[in-house]
Amino acid sequence: MGGYGDVRCIDENGIRLDGRTVGEIRPISIEVGVVPVADGSARMRWGLNDVIAAVYGPMEAHPRKIQRQDRAVLDVRYNMAPFSTTDRIRPGFNRRSREISKVTAEALESVVLTELYPRSKIRVEIEIICAEAGTRCAGITAASVALAHAGIPMSDMVVSVASGKVHDIVVCDLNKEEDNYGEADLPMGILPNSGELVFLQMDGDLSPEQFQEAWDYNMGAVSVIHEHMVAALKGGEA
Amino acid sequence: MKGRQVARPDNMSGDDTAGGPRDSQQAPLLVAPGEDLGDSGEYSAGHGVVAMNGRLRAVKQGRKNTQDGTVSVEPRRTAYVPRPSDLVIGYIEGCTSNIWFIDIGAPFNAILPMSLGPSKAEFGGIRKVLDIGDAILCRVQEVEENHSSVVTMKGMGLRAIRSGTVEEIDPHLLGRLIGRGGNNLRQLKEETECRLIAGDNGRVWIDGEVTGMVEARAKLNDLLMEAKVAEYGGVA
Repeated sequence: MGGYGDVRCIDENGIRLDGRTVGEIRPISIEVGVVPVADGSARMRWGLNDVIAAVYGPMEAHPRKIQRQDRAVLDVRYNMAPFSTTDRIRPGFNRRSREISKVTAEALESVVLTELYPRSKIRVEIEIICAEAGTRCAGITAASVALAHAGIPMSDMVVSVASGKVHDIVVCDLNKEEDNYGEADLPMGILPNSGELVFLQMDGDLSPEQFQEAWDYNMGAVSVIHEHMVAALKGGEA
Repeated sequence: MKGRQVARPDNMSGDDTAGGPRDSQQAPLLVAPGEDLGDSGEYSAGHGVVAMNGRLRAVKQGRKNTQDGTVSVEPRRTAYVPRPSDLVIGYIEGCTSNIWFIDIGAPFNAILPMSLGPSKAEFGGIRKVLDIGDAILCRVQEVEENHSSVVTMKGMGLRAIRSGTVEEIDPHLLGRLIGRGGNNLRQLKEETECRLIAGDNGRVWIDGEVTGMVEARAKLNDLLMEAKVAEYGGVA
């Protein structure tokens, strides 16, 4: 989030570097059952993002100190593969992946009926194979599909998408250049059936009007992404 | 859903697919979590369905069933929940001086007290009898309110599994494997000349000659694929 340099990400006609208009999202494809040994799994390709999510459990929670007597805990691990970006990423957990794992777990806990499995654990592994901005949104969305595929009871699925501001113009679903050279970023997690918000972060500054515009873009994109998720679970095309 | 419509890359519309009750003529009728299954005043909520704000919503992915005024979802995949007298195949996951902890594929581990284990076990030396990683054929004796379960190896045919292989299938597909009156399982045993024991937790012990075991595993996979195609239209 810098706004440095003279890179132009949008032309005067509102066309972005990848040919999209300001309200358009990148192409999406989702498939389920990509990790046969997992209880549930999903692979999501969103633009150049490539994310695999695998779910194991519910299982006995170890170590015992993480057990909760009234509900299951979601053990989410978000990780970017060292080869997922042009600069090699040092393998292992870092501050960023810890933060994203935490916010992802909190977003998913709001829909998973954890009270059905007290003292147990549901393990969610999110691996970013290829990254092109918006990996936390792709991770949350893929994890939602994987949880549904694993037969975990959920009141709804979480759809996550980000909008942001580039050269003072609000755009939907930022790509890599827009993420790097833009001024703000607003990722949101939304329940498609109720429209409830379960996850919201903001990086950069947006005026109230721009915030509303970004909010509206995200809310509008949810139904399109949700169609893809449902179609993947039902074995069809969106 | 408020907010502006977003153009899709292929210029298709962004219609909400979860807008209301679906056509019951479609077969198989698959639903996803959160999907609206109709008015809670008309139908009552069965397995895999909850009533929220006057509407019925699916909480699992699976096949929708409407029977006797109840809407339920037959899940595509389920976690095994132990019940007393279930025959299960478990793995030893840990132990103390007189208790084994058993992974029976449920959300909670079961315990096997020394008194219910093989008779030759002695206090402090139970790992000599059953060590971590060993597979056992046991029976669920008791399930407590807090979901803790106790298994026993006292009973006919209950033993440590020292040979053969253990395959896993989804517990709700066991009915297909066993068949009416046990016909399918009997036929599979005869064709492969193997000993097959299907645990209620979806683990199947196959023991016999290597060729027979390979054949049995292949047939088991075929049967599961058929079940998926028949029940869910081939969804993985």
